[in-house]
Amino acid sequence: MSAYVALSLAIIKGFLRDRASVFFALVFPLMFLVLFGGVMGDRAQSKVHLIEVGEVGLVDDLTGGAREAFEETFEIDRSPDLAAAVAAVRKGDADVAIEMRGDTLVAHYTQTDQVKAGITQGTLRAFVDGSNVAASGRPATYSFASEAVEDDSLRTIQFVTPGLLGWAIAMSASFGAAATLNGWRSSKLLRRLQLSPVPTTTVVAARVSVTVAIAFVQTLIFVGLGVAAFGLRLTGAWPAAVPLLLVGTLCFMSIGLLAGAVARTTEGAVNMANFIVLPMSFLSGSFFSLEGTPAWLQAVSWAMPLRWLNEGMLDVMVRGEPAAAILLPLGVLAAFAVAITLLAARLFQWETT
Amino acid sequence: MGAIEVVDLAKAYGELRAVDGVGFEVAEGEFFGILGPNGAGKTTTLEIIEGLRRPDAGSVTVLGERPWPRNPALLPRMGVQLQASSFFERLTAREQIHTFAALYGVRPARGDDWLEHVGLVDKVDTRVADLSGGQMQRLSIACALVHDPEVVFLDEPTAALDPQARRNLWDLLSSLNDSGRTVVLTTHHMDEAEVLCDRVAIMDRGRVLQLDTPRRLIRSLDAPTRITVAAGQLDQGQAEALPGVERAHADADGLVLTTREPAVVLARLAGDGHLDGIAVAAGTLEDVFLAVTGREYRP
Ligand SMILES: Nc1ncnc2c1ncn2[C@@H]1O[C@H](COP(=O)(O)OP(=O)(O)OP(=O)(O)O)[C@@H](O)[C@H]1O
Ligand SMILES: [Mg+2]
Repeated sequence: MSAYVALSLAIIKGFLRDRASVFFALVFPLMFLVLFGGVMGDRAQSKVHLIEVGEVGLVDDLTGGAREAFEETFEIDRSPDLAAAVAAVRKGDADVAIEMRGDTLVAHYTQTDQVKAGITQGTLRAFVDGSNVAASGRPATYSFASEAVEDDSLRTIQFVTPGLLGWAIAMSASFGAAATLNGWRSSKLLRRLQLSPVPTTTVVAARVSVTVAIAFVQTLIFVGLGVAAFGLRLTGAWPAAVPLLLVGTLCFMSIGLLAGAVARTTEGAVNMANFIVLPMSFLSGSFFSLEGTPAWLQAVSWAMPLRWLNEGMLDVMVRGEPAAAILLPLGVLAAFAVAITLLAARLFQWETT
Repeated sequence: MGAIEVVDLAKAYGELRAVDGVGFEVAEGEFFGILGPNGAGKTTTLEIIEGLRRPDAGSVTVLGERPWPRNPALLPRMGVQLQASSFFERLTAREQIHTFAALYGVRPARGDDWLEHVGLVDKVDTRVADLSGGQMQRLSIACALVHDPEVVFLDEPTAALDPQARRNLWDLLSSLNDSGRTVVLTTHHMDEAEVLCDRVAIMDRGRVLQLDTPRRLIRSLDAPTRITVAAGQLDQGQAEALPGVERAHADADGLVLTTREPAVVLARLAGDGHLDGIAVAAGTLEDVFLAVTGREYRP
């Protein structure tokens, strides 16, 4: 067994046998998901009113489950007249008009209702095979920046899943790193490992791998439960959430390292990580939407790495943004991770006395 | 060439000179003890030799190599038990030693052998937190030896054990250098050093005060032997009149005779039929410690 595998196994077993860690990483956030998504979130989104202009093969040819799924989201009307349909969309009588122009599916919708726009764009994208048919939305008169429409009019589950997932991962990654660094230092295990021929990079890699694995298990459970029990629907670019989660996990590990380096006791380290992560979760919109909050609060929230993680996940998991939407959050999270790790390394001391 | 060579080692923490000009050589296959009270600088000295700390001055070689900075060629040849029990949380004894075996690239079966050797066969599935102090020390020693190192460092392997558990561990410890392995051990306990070590360095306040075999240290002290005779057999005047007796005084156990010629005194006591309940105590390292540090031994 390689040193890397042995260390990873040792860390995983240590985690799974610690009921409190497992509870806070997996069960506790799920309780919130059930609370927000299941109990409080039964306000289903009204359907998106769609006008099909002429023949749109993509929609007409849907069969079986795909057809059902489509009809769950869209209430479909037909009209031969494009101009009338677009006028109806403008006036708000309908949410979107679609037509075929050659091989291209063209959707006309307004940004007045961002949520419906998001659902429309996201769902259409999911149905359209991106390789040969391009969907193009044309924003109507209203500006993209308008934030009049609140995210929480999305089905609640759509909104809460990414945010709570972000919080869950922030907790487990930072607690794990804080407890490991601090605990291993005070038990002198860190010294002991230094005296084994295993390179430091192997030790770090094992700890990172385990934390990332835990984050992915959290994601699977969250999304799985959301889809299976609460009607969560992921939009097309959701796989882009994977690299985002990876870098987000690293970023919160670095916060854990910082807490572990500064605190004197392991409990203190975990508490400190919590003290950083919990307020950050509120400020980053993990528990409730930040739409409609004062501008200064918005500004503060963008200084939080978790806000970037949450927004990135919302974009690609439920808002129907393309995969490229993760690039900026990814860069910001990576920058946070590097800066905080360097700071933790500077503040780390072998002796706590 | 010695397995370990330490020359003029010094290390200060701020104002405090934790190690202050320590030098010694440990021969290959030797069982070497560092004896001293709390804060004497034993752990600091050991950690510098292991390569965990950088000395302010002086030099160290272990098996001909420099341990600082971290020397990956040397590490597999050293086995280390640190003063704290450095284990992975919530793993069983077996998982613990298998992990250490993997860190050193040796087969898990070697770990099982060592668990058997240190007498933990019936505790293999017990988590470390549930082991007794003595069992934990045994596991820690087994983990230090799993890769069959040439040099072993044990920092207070019998700390916090009751006298019975301590003696139980001595058998294991004294077998460690049977196969020619070099062992360096620190301890507070004089009796332990006396029983286990080929040579002992007595440290206090960062300095080595004495360095020799336990026997020679005791002999050089010329400490008197104390012979205790059961009460009522002799009175003090009679005892002091015996040839070879320097002094006699009564204590709770009876009459204590102080002598530098125990053979003469014992022969006379035997002739007079006073051997019932007799006890003989020769000088110990404790006396040596008292003599060299000029103060009571404070463990
Ligand atoms: N990291 C440190 N920072 C400051 N002072 C230290 C540090 N480590 C040890 N000391 C001090 O250096 C002196 C020697 O410590 P050391 O741990 O080497 O003693 P020791 O002989 O091993 O004692 P013990 O028997 O208690 O283990 C002590 O006074 C201790 O307080
Ligand atoms: Mg010590």
